[in-house]
Amino acid sequence: MSQLSFEKVAMTFAGRKVLGGISGVLEPGKVTVVLGPNGAGKSTLLGILAGLRRPDTGRVLLGEQGVLDLKPRVRAQRIAFLPQTPEVAWAVEARILVGLGRTPFIGARGLSADDAAHIEAALKSADALDLADRDVSTLSGGERARVLIARALAGQPEWLLADEPLTGLDPGHQLDALALFQTLARTQGCGVVLTLHDLNLAARFADRVLVLSQGNALADGLPNEALTPDVIAAAYGVRARIKKTSSGLHVEIVERFRPGDL
Amino acid sequence: MIHRRLILFGLCAAVLGLSAVSLMAGKVWVPLSVWLQPHNPLAAILFDLRLPRTLLAVAIGAALGMSGAAMQGYTRNPLADPGALGVASMAAFGAVLTLYFGAGAQQPWVIALAAMIGALSAVGLLIALAGDGSSLVAFVLSGVILQTLAAAGVALALSLAPNPWAKDEIITWLMGALTDRSMGDLALAGPLILAGMILLLTLAPALDALTLGEIGAKSLGINLGQTRLILALGVALTAGASVAVTGVIGFVGLIVPHLLRPLVGARPGGLLIPSALGGAVLVVAADITVRLTPGAAEVKLGVAMALLGGPFFLALLLSMRRRLG
Repeated sequence: MSQLSFEKVAMTFAGRKVLGGISGVLEPGKVTVVLGPNGAGKSTLLGILAGLRRPDTGRVLLGEQGVLDLKPRVRAQRIAFLPQTPEVAWAVEARILVGLGRTPFIGARGLSADDAAHIEAALKSADALDLADRDVSTLSGGERARVLIARALAGQPEWLLADEPLTGLDPGHQLDALALFQTLARTQGCGVVLTLHDLNLAARFADRVLVLSQGNALADGLPNEALTPDVIAAAYGVRARIKKTSSGLHVEIVERFRPGDL
Repeated sequence: MIHRRLILFGLCAAVLGLSAVSLMAGKVWVPLSVWLQPHNPLAAILFDLRLPRTLLAVAIGAALGMSGAAMQGYTRNPLADPGALGVASMAAFGAVLTLYFGAGAQQPWVIALAAMIGALSAVGLLIALAGDGSSLVAFVLSGVILQTLAAAGVALALSLAPNPWAKDEIITWLMGALTDRSMGDLALAGPLILAGMILLLTLAPALDALTLGEIGAKSLGINLGQTRLILALGVALTAGASVAVTGVIGFVGLIVPHLLRPLVGARPGGLLIPSALGGAVLVVAADITVRLTPGAAEVKLGVAMALLGGPFFLALLLSMRRRLG
């Protein structure tokens, strides 16, 4: 398992600086959560880490190799990416959708028995086995999210990068999904990078938190180091209280700062 | 899977069965026994007229069906068809130009060659217009631009036609037909169609992956620029060659994948071969119907397909309205 590191990654989009030259080293076997307000550059960073976007300057390394230098097929075998608003264009069965996760592995002869075993295992991991024969267009938002997580797992990636994977999930399934990501990291050594908006879930499940604001890293470290009232105030413009509880940090958002408070 | 195999088998059987009927049916009925009687006067009708006509109908149906399925898969739009890239329009424009200058009248292969040049230059223009890294929207919009320009070109050629005969020839050709086609036409279009279909078949995994959108497909290791180039070439060869020998025959590439999707599943890569078979069934069946329709002049196949297409869309609209309540 290799480290995923990014060096001085900067990106300007339509005249606006989206990422301001940030660096970091992500460890495999850990859950890294990227936080930050809307437009902070979270999705852009994730896309660059996944090798799907080319930064204006800087580079991303998977182990020793530049992620953009890898063959697309090899990169896809090693890094799985779950986009923020996943599109599913056709009304196919959930099992077929999950099978798309095997795309970087299939040869000329189509899906093998080995591929089929990986698909079943992924469906089981994501608690989507009972959805396997359903048409994805008939699934609820949460069911669809589980199937799409299974799709990302089907390739048994070294790195799993998911952009807001909890959107549309109820609290129970949010916990299930995060527990699944945590298990992946702990037992299989998979590196997991998530962007989230829920500070409490981030505090509870992250091994490491990276807080972005206007394309720069405001804080980077263990949840209790990175999530301080000051950082939250600077990033989101809200007053927060932080309590230590038995299930981890509890972040209470008190109020929004009015202009002039800061 | 068994279900899918059954449907594929049924489609193959329908292609063979309808082809046999197509060899027999027409103003003159040719029984299949004539195959074994080379000196029977009917043998000339069978081998020189019916056989090339039937084989061409199968080839063109398969070409249009598969390229339609590929286009719908690529654009993720069930209303896309091979014409959407402007390739077919450019092929038609190329052919119309030769008719305008009178060159097509002497040598049918000149028309076909001009149509193929039109189709391939459409591919070049598409790639140049849309650029390498651009989105699906830019690609499809470039297709619309080509389609509009080609249609304008055809209209201009018609309005400026040097004489009524050229105008008449252009109109007749544009309507699309399989009448009086020879083995030469088949030898011209067949290999191009076959090559195009092979290209499109190699796209199956990419089309499947595009179910997850462009970013999804890219994250699965699909090279989007290469996919687009192969698609454009494949459609140019299949649809372009079809237009080159038969004129414009619409709706096949639109209707066939639509009808087959509920039967064999919506996975776009898995729809390519069934759509080729379904296209062949539709075109051969339509051509038989056209031949058997009583009347002094034969209805053009392209016109018949258009007549079929209107009611089909009406039925589609009604069923959609019923489903949405």
